[in-house]
Amino acid sequence: MSLLLPQPEGTPAPRPSLHSRPYWKGCRRRQLLYQRCGKCSFIGLSAFTVCAQCHASSPVWDESAGHGSLYSWTVVWRPPDPSFQVPYAPAVVRLDEGFWMLSAVIGCEPEVLHEDLRLAVEFHPVSDEITLPYFRPV
Amino acid sequence: MPTHPFREVAIAGICNTVQARALPDHDSTSIALVGALGALADAGIAPHEVDSVVGTDCAQIALQLGLGPCTRRPSAMGIPAVLDAAALITTGQCNVVLIAAGGAGVHSDHASTAPWTRPANELVVGYGLFTAAEFALMARRHMLTYGTTPEQLATVAAVIRNNGHANPDAVYAGRGPFTPADILASRMIADPFHLLDCATTSEGGCGLVLTSADRAASGATTPVWILGGASDAFGPAYVVAPVWDFQPRADSYPAGLVGARAARISFAMAGLTPSDVDVAELYDPFSFEIIRQLEAFGFCGPGEGGPFVEAGNIGPGGTLPVTTDGGTMSFSHPGINAQQIQRVIRATEQLRRTCASNQVDDAEVAVCSNGGAGALFCDVLLLGRERP
Repeated sequence: MSLLLPQPEGTPAPRPSLHSRPYWKGCRRRQLLYQRCGKCSFIGLSAFTVCAQCHASSPVWDESAGHGSLYSWTVVWRPPDPSFQVPYAPAVVRLDEGFWMLSAVIGCEPEVLHEDLRLAVEFHPVSDEITLPYFRPV
Repeated sequence: MPTHPFREVAIAGICNTVQARALPDHDSTSIALVGALGALADAGIAPHEVDSVVGTDCAQIALQLGLGPCTRRPSAMGIPAVLDAAALITTGQCNVVLIAAGGAGVHSDHASTAPWTRPANELVVGYGLFTAAEFALMARRHMLTYGTTPEQLATVAAVIRNNGHANPDAVYAGRGPFTPADILASRMIADPFHLLDCATTSEGGCGLVLTSADRAASGATTPVWILGGASDAFGPAYVVAPVWDFQPRADSYPAGLVGARAARISFAMAGLTPSDVDVAELYDPFSFEIIRQLEAFGFCGPGEGGPFVEAGNIGPGGTLPVTTDGGTMSFSHPGINAQQIQRVIRATEQLRRTCASNQVDDAEVAVCSNGGAGALFCDVLLLGRERP
């Protein structure tokens, strides 16, 4: 048995930056926010101030329903620092709203991971400021 | 026929310092200086002839070697540093350009992976991402799409590690030989990468000297020429999700093929095709990356990289020997920069035909690369024995 679990408190936590703060505030409220261009609806891989497609400067934050499919994954057995509990499964999730995000799959054995596995977001706090979105099979 | 843009530029000096798991008497600067002086001695060029230093540590090297006033280019490393150096010469700004890099004393906490493998960027750090996991997320997509197998990845690792086994200067000289089964039997790091699918970490330095064709003609070595070069990037390394299908330009190709444009530009500049290449000094952070580069650079078609390596093409005596000194898996991986320049140094040794191990007979054209899909950048350089 090697059930994939959220990382414990004390692992390295993200430090929000100026333009990503709404995303992390959303996570604290257990809302998965994403940014799209207010003009052409493009969605990028990270927070942006200028659209990478039409170069308009009018991004808007929307809330994702938190459902998606497993696009790619790995199962880590040798972590970058000893505070991480192995195994864990970093993953790229394709959200139903049409964007990719990096996260990790929890709540199952590594062996059940497969392409297009249906997933739902689940939030786990790691500090007062930071809550991380994970994904669990549905 | 227009003149080749790098016709007036020669690689005249190369040096790899001693490479080891640890060099306790050195820091990164001091071992880089050993590489710098070694490359100048190899070229038969005196330090006071240097009028430019290129690379992230250029100002420190200029200070330590008393080269001021000299031109500085702190923005580049690896193959882009070589291309910047060549541009300084071909535009007449400089006549002797020194590139040097080293890594020592950087990776001391061995409970953790090397610091340069785990930058603490906000979208990746909380999920325990590091270079092996980033590259694994790219490799997985290729395996899902094309059926590329762990055995094919292990074949790459076995070939490169055996090249290092045979290289007396490699950190892991004599530590083989390895079969693909040995690679698959090593412990899992980040699925599909076993320990022996991954780069090692080590310490060492290196230097490279470029000069004008005229100065090279009176130097100590056989000049090696730049036939083509370019670089591709999709974004910063290890900051956002490494997504194979991320494709910001609708009329181009996705991030999983990063380097394809750089290769196309390089071959066009050289007037060559992949079939003209005799040896491929490809950057090997993880075994899969070789399979990916073979496809992205046009040595085989999409999805054919796995069968290409399984058919024996990339080993000694194969149609395209790859990473002949053992690369970052076995020769050395001294940090964030030197190991990128070491691909260029090895290609130069191959074209001078001075390799102590795995010399490719009659090598005329070599390709080098840096980076990889997991890092969202890839650089390509074509070198030759014949002046373009």
